[in-house]
Amino acid sequence: MVQRFKLFLPLAIFAIVAGLFYVMMNRIDEGEYNPQTLPSALINKPFPSFAMPQLEQLDKTVIQADLLGEISIVNVWATWCPSCHVEHSYLNYLASERNVVIYGVNYKDESDAAQKWLQEKGNPYRLNIFDKDGKLGLDLGVTGAPETYMLDHRGFVRLRYQGPLNEAVWQEKFQPLIEQLQQEQQAFLQSAVNWPQAGVQG
Amino acid sequence: MIPEYGHFALILALCLAILQSVVPVWGVYKNDRYFMSLSRSLALGQFVFVAIAFAVLTYLFLQDDFSVKVVASHSNTLLPNIYKFSAVWGNHEGSLVLWILILAAWSLAVAIYSRELPLDMVARVLSVMGMISIGFLLFSLLTSNPFERHLPNTPLEGSDLNPLLQDPGLIVHPPMLYIGYVGFSVAFAFAVAALSSGRLDAAWARWSRPWTNVAWGFLTLGIALGSWWAYYELGWGGWWFWDPVENASFMPWLMGAGLVHSLAVTEKRGVFKSWTVLLAIFSFSLSLLGTFMVRSGVLTSVHSFAADPERGVFILAFLALVIGSSLTLYAFRAPTVASRSHYSLWSREMLLLINNIVFLAATLTVLFGTLFPLIMDALNLGKYSVGPPYFNAVFVPLMAIMTVFMGFAPSANWKKTRADKLKMQLAVAAGASVLVGLTLPFFYGAEYNIWAALAVCFASWLIMTLFLDMRNKLRNAQSISAGLSRLSRSYYGMVIAHLGFAFTIIGVCLVSQYSVERDLRMEPGDKVELAGYSFQFDGSRAIQGPNYSGQEGVIQVHQAGELIAVLYPQKRRYHAQQGQVMTEAAIDNGLMRDVYVAMGEPLGEEAWAIRLHYKPFVRWMWLGGLLIAFGSFLAAADKRYRLAAKEKAGVKDTVAEAV
Repeated sequence: MVQRFKLFLPLAIFAIVAGLFYVMMNRIDEGEYNPQTLPSALINKPFPSFAMPQLEQLDKTVIQADLLGEISIVNVWATWCPSCHVEHSYLNYLASERNVVIYGVNYKDESDAAQKWLQEKGNPYRLNIFDKDGKLGLDLGVTGAPETYMLDHRGFVRLRYQGPLNEAVWQEKFQPLIEQLQQEQQAFLQSAVNWPQAGVQG
Repeated sequence: MIPEYGHFALILALCLAILQSVVPVWGVYKNDRYFMSLSRSLALGQFVFVAIAFAVLTYLFLQDDFSVKVVASHSNTLLPNIYKFSAVWGNHEGSLVLWILILAAWSLAVAIYSRELPLDMVARVLSVMGMISIGFLLFSLLTSNPFERHLPNTPLEGSDLNPLLQDPGLIVHPPMLYIGYVGFSVAFAFAVAALSSGRLDAAWARWSRPWTNVAWGFLTLGIALGSWWAYYELGWGGWWFWDPVENASFMPWLMGAGLVHSLAVTEKRGVFKSWTVLLAIFSFSLSLLGTFMVRSGVLTSVHSFAADPERGVFILAFLALVIGSSLTLYAFRAPTVASRSHYSLWSREMLLLINNIVFLAATLTVLFGTLFPLIMDALNLGKYSVGPPYFNAVFVPLMAIMTVFMGFAPSANWKKTRADKLKMQLAVAAGASVLVGLTLPFFYGAEYNIWAALAVCFASWLIMTLFLDMRNKLRNAQSISAGLSRLSRSYYGMVIAHLGFAFTIIGVCLVSQYSVERDLRMEPGDKVELAGYSFQFDGSRAIQGPNYSGQEGVIQVHQAGELIAVLYPQKRRYHAQQGQVMTEAAIDNGLMRDVYVAMGEPLGEEAWAIRLHYKPFVRWMWLGGLLIAFGSFLAAADKRYRLAAKEKAGVKDTVAEAV
């Protein structure tokens, strides 16, 4: 009898897994869970490719390539987002005082309002991607503004932070990573030099 | 009108599937041979109508009929014809029709090649396959009709196939994968038929074995192709990402690997019956689970199809029905009495049991890692992600353990191994492989790499024990060729597949350890040295494709002053799809190494970011996959399966078989 009982074990395990799926699908339906927002989605993967108008010059197209080559942060913002107002002055500070390279993703916004915002509040961004329909936001897995991503010198996403930036957050999460990324970049440049008989000529 | 013909054919196929699942079982119940034998014709009929539906869908793609939604959203007049063909299964609806077509083809194959089977077994098996088919046909017709129209506002132009999928590798990858996935339905149907008839015996294992081997071989090919595609198409040289969808195909493969071995024990020794039948159910269940994960939107991945909750609920219900009922059947009918056959600790049975445990553990590892984010979220414990570090940390040791035992298995005997002489030989092989492994890194690479050494140790242990066993088998033969010709195909299959595994170990480990990659800014005329090769960037030029335009870099690769290749990596911008940009890597491939060049981004004034990779032994990984698949097919072609057929069928059917 005990033997027979054991044979129900696979069924029981399956029931639990199926139950899990059912619960999760309900949560997806009700918007409580979105597999796209998992922190893993892009970590250590290249920034998604895109081609979108630049907010500052709407007839100009920005592509993924424009964000590459340097350690940078990508900040998702919108004029309709209250926390973005709070965050903005800190971004200005980062750009002017600490020389942080910041790219903006203007997310589901009106171009007029957004341009006016930059004129009035200052523009900490090297450039802004105008993501009117939130398509890039979807690829990034943005759940809401503001959100900030850190890219390494290869253009791989290394960190994602949801919520407004401030000094405390910066010191805790971004500063240590920046140092690490700078070391990686150094090591990378070094390896370029140290490779047997290596050297970039020309 | 033509799309409606396709739709109608699919509905007729559903009707036939319903008959196929009901009539034969009714025949079994009534002991009516006529109704039982109808199963074969019904399987043929179903196949014909599914094939018509599939042909119609293909025709619609080739004709650019944009009144059909699926065509409008996944094709384009500029799309080359060959990709219009693969666009048929480059989307959710069409791939489902492909899935159904392959299921119908497997059913037909069972109907044709089942002469040695008792008629009631054929009836039961085909009936189970009919039930699975009903589920998928309903899924297609009710939630994902491929023939749905955009009337009356027919668009003039389609929005094109995702450029990632416009690639020769993607033409064959999904069909291979599906043939493997769906092929496990045959093993599953045999398992259910055996459980429900109460005839769970060695004969059942012998019938299931060739089918399982073929399915598993195709799955191996499919996975290897997918990995190869990711390697050259995604443009950053990766070949396996532990992505949920990759895991979805890998889990049935792991379970299938267990099943293939477990069936051997059940066939030859009549033991592990309950275990084997459970593995058969699991293998197919994991295929279904994979389908669910890819199409329901529960997990996200670069490969997944557009998610739709309605579809998710449908597949989940279907999953619960198929897996739930088969596991319930298992719980009630699986034999609980342990087999009388005994085997010692040092026997082939024991080694195969270890194999099974490792593969089960590996499958659960992957399943757990894939579902972990879901579990944590469901329990409100926060958002988590599980990446390669977890999978590598658990998976690699498991495979290492298995490889050790894998070396013993071919020389071990059933029941009890007569060890004295063998012990000495195996010790020599072990010593030699450690020696080979430890010395190789000295000849390779600047720094001593212990991981590479270990990998080579394991691989050479496998290879040496295989040859050791072969030599022992040839010992009493008059000549080598006479001895070789006496060995069975299934033995050769085993040897080749295990060799393939050794190759894969070498490929995976050495490319992980010894790859060199550099991202560089290069201007025309720049020259860079990497891993003994010199790369000279000669600038870029404009290119124009049928549905894209872009830039192509020209890079000369020199080795020791000699030009060995000129590589043309491309950056393409596809006209449709909002100008999606794609990287086409250029590869100079070789058995011992690949030289891989991809264009990054234009950096102004004719300078480009260029990604250079040197990938030693990367081909061995896929070559190993090919060998594993080939070995698996060869084992399925063993004479004894056909011999058994002839003995039973007698004179009349041998004539039929000759035809």
